[in-house]
Amino acid sequence: MNLDPRTLDPAATASAAPAPAATAPAPTPATLEKPAPAVVIPAPAANAPAVAKLPGSLNNNRRLNLWLRVLPEGIIEVMPGKVEIGQGIVTALGQIVAEEFDVDLSRVRMVRARTGLSPDEAVTSGSLSIQDCGLALRHASAEARALLIAEAARQWNAEAATLTVADGVISDTSGRKLAYWQLDSAALFDREATGTVRLKTVDAHRLIGTTVARIDIPDKVYGHPRFVHDMVLPGMRYGRVLRPAAPGARLASLDDAAARALPGVTIVRDGSFVGVVAGREEVALKALALLRKGAAWSEGPGMPPTEGLYDWMRTQPLDSKVIEDKHEPLPGAVAQEVSLRYTKPYLAHASIGACCAIAQWNEAADKKQLLLWTHSQGIYNLRADLGLTFRMPLADIIVEHVEGAGCYGHNGADDAALDAVLLARAAGGAPVQVVWSREEELAWSPASPAMDIQVKAGLDAEGNVLSWQYQVWSNGHGIRPGRAKTPTLLAARYLDEPFEQFIAVNAPLASGGGSDRNAIAQYTFPEHVVTNHRLLTMPLRVSAMRALGGYANIFAIESAMDEFALMAGADPVEYRLRHLKDPRAIAVLKTAAARARWSEWDSEEHEEGAGHGIAWVKYKNSAAYCAVVAEVVMAEVVKVKRLVIAVDVGLTINPDGVINQIEGGAIQSASWTLKEALGYDAQGVTSVDWEHYPILNFSEVPQVEIEIINRPEERSVGAGECASGPTAAAIANAVAHALGVRVRDLPLTPERIMAAM
Amino acid sequence: MSQTVTLKVNGELRQIGAAEDTPLLYALRNDLNLKGARFGCGAGHCGACRVLLDGHAVASCDTPLWAAKGKEVVTIEGLGTEEAPHALQRAFIAEQAAQCGYCASGIIMSAAALLARCPQPSEAQVREALDRNLCRCGSHNRIVRAVLRAAQEMSA
Repeated sequence: MNLDPRTLDPAATASAAPAPAATAPAPTPATLEKPAPAVVIPAPAANAPAVAKLPGSLNNNRRLNLWLRVLPEGIIEVMPGKVEIGQGIVTALGQIVAEEFDVDLSRVRMVRARTGLSPDEAVTSGSLSIQDCGLALRHASAEARALLIAEAARQWNAEAATLTVADGVISDTSGRKLAYWQLDSAALFDREATGTVRLKTVDAHRLIGTTVARIDIPDKVYGHPRFVHDMVLPGMRYGRVLRPAAPGARLASLDDAAARALPGVTIVRDGSFVGVVAGREEVALKALALLRKGAAWSEGPGMPPTEGLYDWMRTQPLDSKVIEDKHEPLPGAVAQEVSLRYTKPYLAHASIGACCAIAQWNEAADKKQLLLWTHSQGIYNLRADLGLTFRMPLADIIVEHVEGAGCYGHNGADDAALDAVLLARAAGGAPVQVVWSREEELAWSPASPAMDIQVKAGLDAEGNVLSWQYQVWSNGHGIRPGRAKTPTLLAARYLDEPFEQFIAVNAPLASGGGSDRNAIAQYTFPEHVVTNHRLLTMPLRVSAMRALGGYANIFAIESAMDEFALMAGADPVEYRLRHLKDPRAIAVLKTAAARARWSEWDSEEHEEGAGHGIAWVKYKNSAAYCAVVAEVVMAEVVKVKRLVIAVDVGLTINPDGVINQIEGGAIQSASWTLKEALGYDAQGVTSVDWEHYPILNFSEVPQVEIEIINRPEERSVGAGECASGPTAAAIANAVAHALGVRVRDLPLTPERIMAAM
Repeated sequence: MSQTVTLKVNGELRQIGAAEDTPLLYALRNDLNLKGARFGCGAGHCGACRVLLDGHAVASCDTPLWAAKGKEVVTIEGLGTEEAPHALQRAFIAEQAAQCGYCASGIIMSAAALLARCPQPSEAQVREALDRNLCRCGSHNRIVRAVLRAAQEMSA
């Protein structure tokens, strides 16, 4: 598989035309072991509806030539709208195309997403890229292949069903050959997909289900330019932004004389938005430090209380919705009522790389054009907010995705993009690169919301759950750009004509929800009522982070189930199985337990202070199944020794890709669960560096073992987020097993554990 | 900028037109176009910007140019190339030891310094040597396996 040859080539981006690709090396032809039989596209049924629903993202991006292009030199260009955010998605998507299109992987070239060129797949988030983009590409590739075969059949006056394909070369029984790239694919693909071509059957797969090495890793281990941080454009200047003294504070006065005196420095001000542009990066940093000394700010409108945060959340104006209201007859009498409260603090994305973007204004006599390079998860959504901010036509804004450091949700990428655009206005047509500081990354990116959860349960005489009342208090988990009437980008609030801070909302539950994600437990409770309370105030700016509400909800649900199991004197695995019917849920639980030798625990030797715990999720109540066994040893801190995980993502595309994502999600969740809480005071976030926001280090990371339950008959779903919730609960349950003490407030720090004892 | 600093980077003497207090990181990235060392925190906490200075892995973000004068600076680009990869680079690819990979070059430089002073480290020694490099994606265990694989290959 090939990388996009336009990587970091601005000339290719500046035009909206497809990039020239004549320099690509001819791939080595590879022969298929088993040529797949040709497929013919059936004519649409006479009574078919005018607009059929198409699979995945094909539905909103229906033309085949939006997705696929065959180049004369034998390269297949693939244009996904989903982007690489460190999860390895472009490798898996290339694998899917090579499979269904019947070409060798070496012929596939993945094109970076760019507005006006790529399909609009909204945001790369929610573990949806394999599900939506992968499904679209599977169908588009199968259909494209069928069209090419049908064309060869027409030219040869042959039956399409008698033709075979090996690495893009179509053959008939007499030995005639035509390569895809000898046919007029541009004309053939200039049509809407029908979604009616059958996909390959599982037994015909030669690439799907196999481990393919990530295409982006070599660049990263050789130190090649790869990230937007590494891009250099002709005449590029360096920008930095002066953040206010407190969120929402206004600039009262600014003495910029000292900063202005530095060589090549331009000061940019628009209301309370202040920044510098310089010819050298270290000079921009010096100028910023001088500007900070010269700036006086008004008081901000305030932060959430540092004491009693969760009680305060319940007193705020709320948008409350009952999202589950099931009342079946109770099979027995309630013998005991239990009420438990679980909390999760604000968290930071805390990517190792700070957010970055490059912007350039091209001002010709007749119009303005804005070029932007960004690691945003949603290039079209970001473009929409820029259109709102600058009141300009979207066609005049070109946004191209370039990789950034690991992205775990709605971080500051979009905010840094607006910063760069604002600073570039003062750069006379030169491109301006903005790189955020560590402080901006931790303290000014949207945070993951704090959450407060109350479980009230009625148990029968055997301790089984008859009644389950569940309430969540949280901010919404979404302020993503491109969805509101006003821009949600950070700097928009500080402009001379400011836009109001957008209060976070939740996506509809059917699309995965937000604070209510996984709030409806997947157990067979006869009475089950779930209420979601969304805060209508937002003193600390929050948005989506990996798993959204699913992290805290599964922590709460699976902690509570563990508590009830212990109260009933039951084994935690057996107790869960009593309340479960879903065979895929049962399978991940049993697989993880067996792999971890769960039932042998009592008969085996363990270190002093050892304990184990289990938890599981059906992610978003609609996608991946994942069960986690955690083994801990209690010392001065909680040491997680091992995580044993079973996962079912349906049909597995790239097994090592799945393992990498699950392992990463589990280790990151272990870090959140053991160590992390975003600190703040009345003036803003105090977690401004790694000393004030420690994360798990190499010595603290547990061993992780993963078993994939492959289900070729089930649709493929994403793997990035499903481990987050069950890892937290499994660790908390293991701590309770080790100590006999339950900690219901995250993170599980020594102070919290001491307080619970 | 009238000042010029001469540095030895990846075996070659290079002239840099920057003030002596400029962080080495910016000279490498912006003057010498060596983008492998990456900005992460600016305070030497995360290790994304690590390079070798006379064989020691240091944070280039808080090393001023004057402190690098007269010393051998080696960056990830000088460690190995696709044509002649260092054992660590081969091992990172073999173990697929990255997700976003932003931290990878700094980690490889820390590991290179470790293997130079301790060719056969234990797993615990590898972890300890990398404790001042942060990874947020959770690739730690793959990275440790890659370093151990490289150590084995280098001593074979």
